[in-house]
Amino acid sequence: MIGEIIDWFTNSANWQGEDGVPTRVLQHLGYVLLSLVIATVIAVPIGLYVGHTGRGGVLLVGSGNVIRALPTLGLVTFLFLLFTDSDIAAIIGLVVLAIPPILAGTYAGLQAVDRSVVDAAEGMGMRGGQRLWQIEVPIALPIVLGGVRNAVLQLVATAAVAAYVGLGGLGRYLLDGLAILDYGEVAAGAILTALLAIVLDLVLATVQRALVPRGVRLAEAGAKKEVSA
Amino acid sequence: MSFFDELGQYLSSANNREQIVDTLAEHCYLALLPLVLGIVLAILVGWLGNTWPRARGVILVVSNLVYTVPSLALFVVIPSLIGTKMLDSINVVVALTLYTAALLVRPVLDALDAVPPAVIASATAMGYRPARRFLTVELPLAVPVLAAGVRVASVSNISLVSVGALIGVGGLGVLFTDGFQREYFSPIVVGIALTLVLALVVDLLLVLLRRVLTPWDRAAAPVKEEVPA
Amino acid sequence: MGIEFRGITKKYPDGTVAVDDLNLTIEDGTITVLVGPSGCGKTTSLRMINRMVEPTSGSILLEGEDIRDSDAALLRRGIGYVIQHAGLFPHRTVLSNIATVPLLSGWDKNKAKKRAAELLEVVGLPAEVGKRYPAQLSGGQQQRVGVARALAADSPVLLMDEPFSAVDPVVREGLQDELLRLQSQLGKTIVFVTHDIDEAVRLGDRVAVLRVGGKLAQYGTPAEVLRQPVDDFVAGFVGKDRGYRGLSFLAADDVLVEDVPTVRVGSKPEGSDGWRLAVNDAGEPRGWLAPGSVVDGELVEGELLAGGSLYQQGTPIRGALDAALSSPASLGVVVDADGKAIGVVTARQVLDVIENHPEGVAR
Ligand SMILES: Nc1ncnc2c1ncn2[C@@H]1O[C@H](COP(=O)(O)OP(=O)(O)OP(=O)(O)O)[C@@H](O)[C@H]1O
Ligand SMILES: [Mg+2]
Repeated sequence: MIGEIIDWFTNSANWQGEDGVPTRVLQHLGYVLLSLVIATVIAVPIGLYVGHTGRGGVLLVGSGNVIRALPTLGLVTFLFLLFTDSDIAAIIGLVVLAIPPILAGTYAGLQAVDRSVVDAAEGMGMRGGQRLWQIEVPIALPIVLGGVRNAVLQLVATAAVAAYVGLGGLGRYLLDGLAILDYGEVAAGAILTALLAIVLDLVLATVQRALVPRGVRLAEAGAKKEVSA
Repeated sequence: MSFFDELGQYLSSANNREQIVDTLAEHCYLALLPLVLGIVLAILVGWLGNTWPRARGVILVVSNLVYTVPSLALFVVIPSLIGTKMLDSINVVVALTLYTAALLVRPVLDALDAVPPAVIASATAMGYRPARRFLTVELPLAVPVLAAGVRVASVSNISLVSVGALIGVGGLGVLFTDGFQREYFSPIVVGIALTLVLALVVDLLLVLLRRVLTPWDRAAAPVKEEVPA
Repeated sequence: MGIEFRGITKKYPDGTVAVDDLNLTIEDGTITVLVGPSGCGKTTSLRMINRMVEPTSGSILLEGEDIRDSDAALLRRGIGYVIQHAGLFPHRTVLSNIATVPLLSGWDKNKAKKRAAELLEVVGLPAEVGKRYPAQLSGGQQQRVGVARALAADSPVLLMDEPFSAVDPVVREGLQDELLRLQSQLGKTIVFVTHDIDEAVRLGDRVAVLRVGGKLAQYGTPAEVLRQPVDDFVAGFVGKDRGYRGLSFLAADDVLVEDVPTVRVGSKPEGSDGWRLAVNDAGEPRGWLAPGSVVDGELVEGELLAGGSLYQQGTPIRGALDAALSSPASLGVVVDADGKAIGVVTARQVLDVIENHPEGVAR
């Protein structure tokens, strides 16, 4: 079976044209990034509002859990029957599934900011917006980005499932291979999808490291040391 | 024909009703067995990481990696990894067990870390051997933190099972592929609704179970829920 | 003028009355301590001064002006605020933490950084600490940075909510000394919240004791509160040994200082059947030589019995009593401002003075 996989990867036909690896990878990436951007634009402001004001937290957590329980395949097939367009159905489905982790991360990040720090900022005369952008957001950043990373993992996985309704991307290899029982193609699709997820996660981990202020990292490291000591 | 007429027609067929009940039963089995197995596996691995700190790094990297692999990819490669048939339901059980364990390893480790050293020291001083101390002192104290992770894992399992329909073993997911192929809303809507209800019911049972397992925790302040993955 | 609470009541939405009809005038340039048991409304009272809590009724005047007439954020920039655990911003260096308010008030960056560096010195921290992050400081250092940050606005008013309660007793005492030293230079109007009566007595020019339910029980100088508690609640709160602590406010001018035989460290003393105080060349006390002890050759410090606490002439009588009680010879060593031994006192003599003192103690 290793042989089949190697054969598939070394077959130059699989690297060219509309069904070639570069095209499929870029398509997959495209769906992921497009829905990530849309989901972020929707979820982050809501998360910031709820986290900053503390209003609607229960509703937010509750609805997040309901969306999380939505079965991907059911959602995407339902949307496809509704819109009869695989791109629209898939993107909406992906956005819906990416919103809860980003929302939860943003909200939880702001919740986790030490109350006394926010209190001190207020006591020094920072206005609401200054407090949010200069204090709460930088400190919350690790958890917010953790939510984004989770969303990306789910998007890569879900985009593969969404291929069922006729979407391009790496899911095609998995489903088309299954249909004709071409084991090499299926395994190649699985490997490529997993690799894409891992690479994107690594990229985001690097971004996270670059964006999170040094003092916040030090504080986290200090807290961990205290726990393990 | 309105959607409700369609739904009425769909549900009036004894065949369809039978299919719904069968797939629901299969769904429960496919989601809950891995939940139990995954919890056990995570506790074993957590115990390993707790007693043997050097293994910790490896354990965390591997569990992150497993969690990164998209569900569909995992479903299709498992048969070749463990030598089962493509349509065997074991594949889904194994894959979801791995996800559950990967999701829970970190909470287990964190929860074990959070057991106050003084408690462990006094248990040791009273003559508990390590294995017994782990099972009767450390593990119960870890339940509140663990419970939050188990709830997330259960919701995620219940929604992921349906992806298995793409490889022919999918519980309620079969209703989605059915509805898609027949361009028929009813099975999809019924499938989504039952998935949500199942997730809700299991979640409530888990909340109850946690209360029963941690009578001492009720008097104290509630544990802050983990940020769900 | 200072700060004036006029009939202030605060009722939280859940019905808790945190402060009940509080009338209080806080003098300019003094440290006023709000003290009382947990939940008595200290924090609430303090936070009403910078409008982080709005009173349900009544008004607060700052320098004669109702604080409701000014914009809340601007008001706060003009009032220093220090809290427990300091509330430092973990993502900013120590210097930029201190520079927060100047920057908010529109100072240019360089000027703000320069000011921050000066303040670091004022609170007794070395310059290299400025580049560190809060997570890299000890609890006591963090608290100093918190004070520096509050001083940065150069505001006449400083609000401090249990600023020192999260550090260990030794560090706390150091921080308290530091605050008193700073106050003697800066002369701010400080409102200080604590639940520790010792801290209140030590720091306060005036002490306001609050009881649960947010009522003012007593307001006066520390000596008044210790010596004449208005009721059982205040008496109970200031504690059992308030009589002894009251000695902190009594002068010891009338205590007779007696001569004591001394021996010099490094000399060759002969035997004697009385206690002898060993002093060094500068005349500073080093310890005691017990009656009948024989010294072979030169007297070295290792042979001495450790002395008790020293009483500096001119300070409150509490120190004189403590010196007498802690001395192995039952003789309290009295020193002058330079630390030179000038004689001894006995507990008996100190107690005589206390009993005959016109102001009395804890009657
Ligand atoms: N935001 C709030 N909502 C409702 N009740 C509050 C709120 N803040 C404080 N309280 C209540 O008001 C009372 C006074 O609280 P406050 O924080 O002023 O007490 P404190 O004297 O500072 O206590 P401590 O010494 O414990 O800090 C308490 O009973 C407290 O529970
Ligand atoms: Mg308080």
